[in-house]
Amino acid sequence: MSAATAKSMPKHLLSVSDLDADLIRTLLDTAAQMQDVQRREVKKIPTLRGRTVINLFFEDSTRTRSSFEIAGKWMSADTINITGKGSSASKGESLRDTVRTIDAMGVDALVIRHSASGACHQVAGWIDAHVINAGDGTHEHPTQALLDAYTMQQRIGDLAGKHVVIVGDLTHSRVFRSNLLSLRMLGARITIVAPVTLMPSGIRSWAERDGFTVAHDLDAVLRDGDRVDALMMLRVQKERMTGGFFPTPREYTVGYGLTRPRLDRLTADHPGVVICHPGPMNRGLEISADAADSAESLILDQVSAGVAVRMSVLYHLLAGGDAERGEGGAA
Amino acid sequence: MSSVVVNDATVYAGQPASRGDSRDAVARDVVVVDGVITDLRASDAPGDAHVIDANGLVLLPGFVDLHTHLREPGREDAETICSGSQAAAVGGYTAILAMANTTPVTDTAEAAERILDLGRACGLVDVQPIGAVTRGLAGEQLAELGLMQRSRARVKVFSDDGHCVDDSRVMRRALEYVRSFGGVISQHSQDAALAGSGACCHEGEISGRLGLPGWPAAAESVIIARDVQLARHTGGRVHVAHVSTAEGVEVIRWAKAQGIAVTAEVTPHHLALTTEALTAYDPVFKVNPPLRPSEDVEAVRAALRDGTIDAVATDHAPHARHDKEHAFVDAAFGMLGLETALAVVADVMLGDDFGWSDIARVMSTAPAAIAGLEQHGRPIAPGEPANLVLIDPAAQRTINAATSRSLSRNNPWHGMTFTGAVHTTILRGRVTATEGAPASC
Repeated sequence: MSAATAKSMPKHLLSVSDLDADLIRTLLDTAAQMQDVQRREVKKIPTLRGRTVINLFFEDSTRTRSSFEIAGKWMSADTINITGKGSSASKGESLRDTVRTIDAMGVDALVIRHSASGACHQVAGWIDAHVINAGDGTHEHPTQALLDAYTMQQRIGDLAGKHVVIVGDLTHSRVFRSNLLSLRMLGARITIVAPVTLMPSGIRSWAERDGFTVAHDLDAVLRDGDRVDALMMLRVQKERMTGGFFPTPREYTVGYGLTRPRLDRLTADHPGVVICHPGPMNRGLEISADAADSAESLILDQVSAGVAVRMSVLYHLLAGGDAERGEGGAA
Repeated sequence: MSSVVVNDATVYAGQPASRGDSRDAVARDVVVVDGVITDLRASDAPGDAHVIDANGLVLLPGFVDLHTHLREPGREDAETICSGSQAAAVGGYTAILAMANTTPVTDTAEAAERILDLGRACGLVDVQPIGAVTRGLAGEQLAELGLMQRSRARVKVFSDDGHCVDDSRVMRRALEYVRSFGGVISQHSQDAALAGSGACCHEGEISGRLGLPGWPAAAESVIIARDVQLARHTGGRVHVAHVSTAEGVEVIRWAKAQGIAVTAEVTPHHLALTTEALTAYDPVFKVNPPLRPSEDVEAVRAALRDGTIDAVATDHAPHARHDKEHAFVDAAFGMLGLETALAVVADVMLGDDFGWSDIARVMSTAPAAIAGLEQHGRPIAPGEPANLVLIDPAAQRTINAATSRSLSRNNPWHGMTFTGAVHTTILRGRVTATEGAPASC
């Protein structure tokens, strides 16, 4: 990317589209330094001392919330978790009032998860603090995409020219939407696979515009001779099974699950392939235990990288990033 | 004796079939005495007459809105009958039809008469209540349609707007029943199984990218298709509210060709705005049916030009600020429209194949005929009631939400500049608004 079009680190991380390839690389480089902290006996650096980070989760989450909390604490930020059940509308308070109330306390950043797409974009327009999107509805989950890219890079190297196949409930997946953006920025080739009912609306024109491949037959994608470097299996949520998106879990698994036989063919035909899953997994549905626990699986590496990537994001957004403190300042 | 002289206005007849301006435009004076247009010359007008210099202005019959949400009773913090009437007068309207989805719902004669009376007390615009099709808008049991029609409010238009009359049997009975007295069912066409209550973005690439629940075009067109078949079967009259899709337009065009008694309206926002407006997740642009892609916008414009769509209706939907300050999917549906309708329609539609007489047709004569309002949408001729609007066709106005007469601020047009503005509104000979300022109520 030329210097003329290069972006600077945004105030908020609402979408992967707030970044560009250079910024992603900067974030991932810092994450690598942060992983060193993670491996230390005393996991504490003073970088965010005196800063307050609120994890505002309107939707249940275990891994993302604890990952952000650990990231903040290891960097000496004061982190506080606030959980809101249901939508703010059901409580009678507007989302704007809720976040402005918290903002008025003088916090530095809000890490927000919300069941509504676009909620973080709206909040960013209402408050002074930094906003980090920890998952908004079926829209985006940018830190997940960053940690996915980080994990894959660690194992298979630069993603430019690599072929990543994404399989699962794409229509309801914010992980998919963010990964699509980041993987394209990093130069990967992308094929997405799902039954038509689990594809987002308008996927054909979208794919044409953004240059990725849409497929409905997983076996054909794995067989057709085009090398697969990474296979990303997405969660199929339980409620989709009753929503008529596909007839039965059994039928889904036969068509799209990473079953034992499919795993065997995958590893035989595509040596060096890696398997990702953002979790939580439905073992036996979209991914078999054999695949999840295989040597090709990066699933626990993804969780581990999650903390480092979120430390990097907090560092760059809150501490002013490398321009101010230099690359050594982080670790 | 009160009188008004409109000097040297360019007068359009507003005949439904007329096309092109040059043939039917006449520059002349119009003298109104005691609410009625006379054949007097300006020089013969009473000495105390209120004189309006209308040189360069366009005179049309006063506008009629088939689709207004006043929030009284129930949500007077968002709009009252009085504030809505002021907005209507400023927008050039002399009659508005008030939708039934208030709290309580307008599903009895008493409720309808109360709205009529509150409208009269304000006096800036004729407020004609629309009755609910079903009790409580629940879609199950017919409301007292006949009693509403026999009431002082003389209700002729019935709608569960906000909800679709989903049950085919209920819709069939409603269409049959209102035939007895020449009523019409205005349908909010939305198949609930295809576009549920969460659906808030046109289903397509943008909804896919934004991760917003999709509202497919087919959810509109399948209901229109069913309803025109029911209208054919029953001989009843169906009016399609806020048609927004090319598919919906196609069905209406077909039905009209079959001679089925169907009419349709389109909103200014569906004529002018597209799904692209949603990409910043600003709930001001959240409306039901949703803003559609440009192909649909082109289709509804073409349908308005060729008469497939009969009328422009605002679907003016005021909301208190806090009801729009939720996450996009949780925020209320709807946007303001009364004050800006003429500017938007003139700006978007006027051209070689759509003139001021067409604006008179789609904003006055056709909606008045659909609603059965005998005193509105009349020719500008001696003996006719003086329900009139003067328009400055050259005025350029930038919309400012803060100066709206509505109590609400969910104005999607804020900051946009349009050519064409309402100058003066006259209801039965009384000036009800002049250049953005309503008369006192």
